[in-house]
Amino acid sequence: METFKEFFSFSDPSIVSVVVGAVLLTASSAVVGTFTFLKKKALVGDAVAHSVLPGICLAFILSGTKNPIWMILGAFLTGWISLLIIDHITTKSKIKEDTAIALILSVFFGIGILMLTNIQHSGNAAQTGLDSFLFGKAAALVGKDLIVFGIVAVILIVTVGLFFKELKLIAFDSNYARALGIPVKWIDLLLTSLTVLAVVTGIQAVGVVLMAAMLITPAAAARFWTNDVFKMTLIAAVMGGISGLSGAYVSYVAPAMPTGPWIVMIISAIAITSFFIAPKRGIFARSIQQRRLQRLIMDENLLKELYHLGEKDEDPYKGRTVNEIIEERFFPRKALKVALRRLKRQGFLVKKNGYWSYTEAGKVKGQRVVKLHRLWELYLSKYMKIAPDHVHEDAETVEHIITPELEAQLERMLEYPEFDPHEEKIPY
Amino acid sequence: MDAVYIILTSSLFAISCGLLGCFLILRKMAMVGDAISHAVLPGIVIAFLITGTRDSFEMIIGAALLGILCTFLIEFFNKKAKLQTDAAIGVTFTSLFALGVILISVFAGQVDLDQECVLYGEIAYVPIDLWISDSGQNMGPKALYVSALTLIVNILFIRVGFKQLYLTTFDPAFAATTGISVALWNYLLMGSVSMTTVAAFDSVGAILVVALLVAPPATAYLLTDNFKKMMLITCGIAIIISILGYYLAVLLDGSIAGAVVTVAGILFGLAYLFSPSSGILLKRINQKKEAEKLAMPKV
Repeated sequence: METFKEFFSFSDPSIVSVVVGAVLLTASSAVVGTFTFLKKKALVGDAVAHSVLPGICLAFILSGTKNPIWMILGAFLTGWISLLIIDHITTKSKIKEDTAIALILSVFFGIGILMLTNIQHSGNAAQTGLDSFLFGKAAALVGKDLIVFGIVAVILIVTVGLFFKELKLIAFDSNYARALGIPVKWIDLLLTSLTVLAVVTGIQAVGVVLMAAMLITPAAAARFWTNDVFKMTLIAAVMGGISGLSGAYVSYVAPAMPTGPWIVMIISAIAITSFFIAPKRGIFARSIQQRRLQRLIMDENLLKELYHLGEKDEDPYKGRTVNEIIEERFFPRKALKVALRRLKRQGFLVKKNGYWSYTEAGKVKGQRVVKLHRLWELYLSKYMKIAPDHVHEDAETVEHIITPELEAQLERMLEYPEFDPHEEKIPY
Repeated sequence: MDAVYIILTSSLFAISCGLLGCFLILRKMAMVGDAISHAVLPGIVIAFLITGTRDSFEMIIGAALLGILCTFLIEFFNKKAKLQTDAAIGVTFTSLFALGVILISVFAGQVDLDQECVLYGEIAYVPIDLWISDSGQNMGPKALYVSALTLIVNILFIRVGFKQLYLTTFDPAFAATTGISVALWNYLLMGSVSMTTVAAFDSVGAILVVALLVAPPATAYLLTDNFKKMMLITCGIAIIISILGYYLAVLLDGSIAGAVVTVAGILFGLAYLFSPSSGILLKRINQKKEAEKLAMPKV
């Protein structure tokens, strides 16, 4: 608790710089990741992340120092090459994209590991800490490095801001974007460069192995909260920033700990919680919605069948047993009883000595479903020229979703017809 | 002798991975293989903490369970939360792998695993870790036995289930109509991928296993259209990369696993350029010939 207060009071200027750095890096990669996510290229980020390792090693071998600018250049180079090769393999050969990604990612990483171990065994003293690129070390982000990486992060965010409209368009509909006269190729190239840059900067905090998560996970989480791309980008940035902040904290409390895994754990926890509880798109909300719809369909079908029974006896209010209903149309017995009780509670049905019958409201509702069904059948056969023996299935689903406005329009269009294509009376 | 042990062990693992990889890449599930190889890590660490040893049956089970859990989670996020597949894979494996690395660093004192070993294994130590029988006789390196056993199990699995695996790979809809459970065979395949990954883990590490799963089959795929031939070529490539990789590592004084993967990448590059059936250079030459033929004036 003591360290918690110490950390979050930001009294130590080195804490401030580490926090600013970590938050900037994670937030900027989350912003770029939003667009790779929307383009369904999330795993490409994983490939780039692994492919920058040989570039970093190469930069070290050539320059002999851990100068961040050299590292960024080297990483940028091999990251780009890996993307070009993946693209070439998928377009020019029979190998599919997933195989190409897995292949390039692991081969580049293997080459990187070979170079890294070669450097480590060479006895060059300057190499210590090179392996912190594997799992990240936010605390190592001080002084000049911080300034360089910070600037790159800001450039990333600003560029996304400047080209926001174009990026959004190519993410959803690149053909439309082309038609509008947007240079799709260039914007694609821009997004790729941004992805590579985001990876290159993010690995300082997260490490190459888990960098993919910083591109994918905040965007995936944010997607569940909104349908608006701008809001989604903001939410992803905030979520990424929070995980970066906590990573910096871990790095401060336990300097030996790699920060990458912690940052990824935090952002994953946020994402998985979002998958479940987000309104509308979350798993819980979705299943509740589904349940409600199933119930509505069950209720309407039941009321409809009661109306059919009533038509046969020409007495809509006659009481029916559960068996009679099942004979008319099969419902699972248990579900049927639950639905009957529910409709009774809602005042659509009454029960007397085991016989179920309509109330006034129930008859109106049942009759409406039957009417919609038959109107739709007539519409399909009259306007869509579908044979009368093929229209039932479709009407069976559409009857539940026709709104009162559509209902009125159908009635007007068909001029309040008396009979449906099966010569059955349409009740009004 | 050490060189022979190392090459033999890595060949056997590479063959196991390659055979499973043939199915993975044709199912378009190479990235799922990648995800599994990362996701088994927490299973390994937990099993390690419980049993206290590195080579135990529990570890294989723990990892296999995690691998299947990973497959299940990917499907769950994809189907239930309607998350696009690539993101579902990405979120699942990075979070499980992160959990594994955290467990390793938290229990650093109790677990004889470190982060580097997780990434690229320590096949160079294979000849040191010997299996000494009760009577004190030296039976050779342990990893060699593990790799041989893994290969035998995999070959048995593929032999017994070949028809089912083949059908569910090439025509899942038809397989389903003949009464083969596509989901069951999918989980069985993923289970074997996880077990193989774990067995090979000590030697080649999590990420380089992916290369063994993907690179030899992808190379073989460029050389033939026949599935059985593809599996045979994969085995050949597995042996070649192990031998060349070992000597490359000696030459550069670097990680053996890294070198094996580098060689695998080079072989793929060669096949990509020069394969008689689908190499891009040959294709280009053929296209040119065709163009010339078309351009010739009619006599």
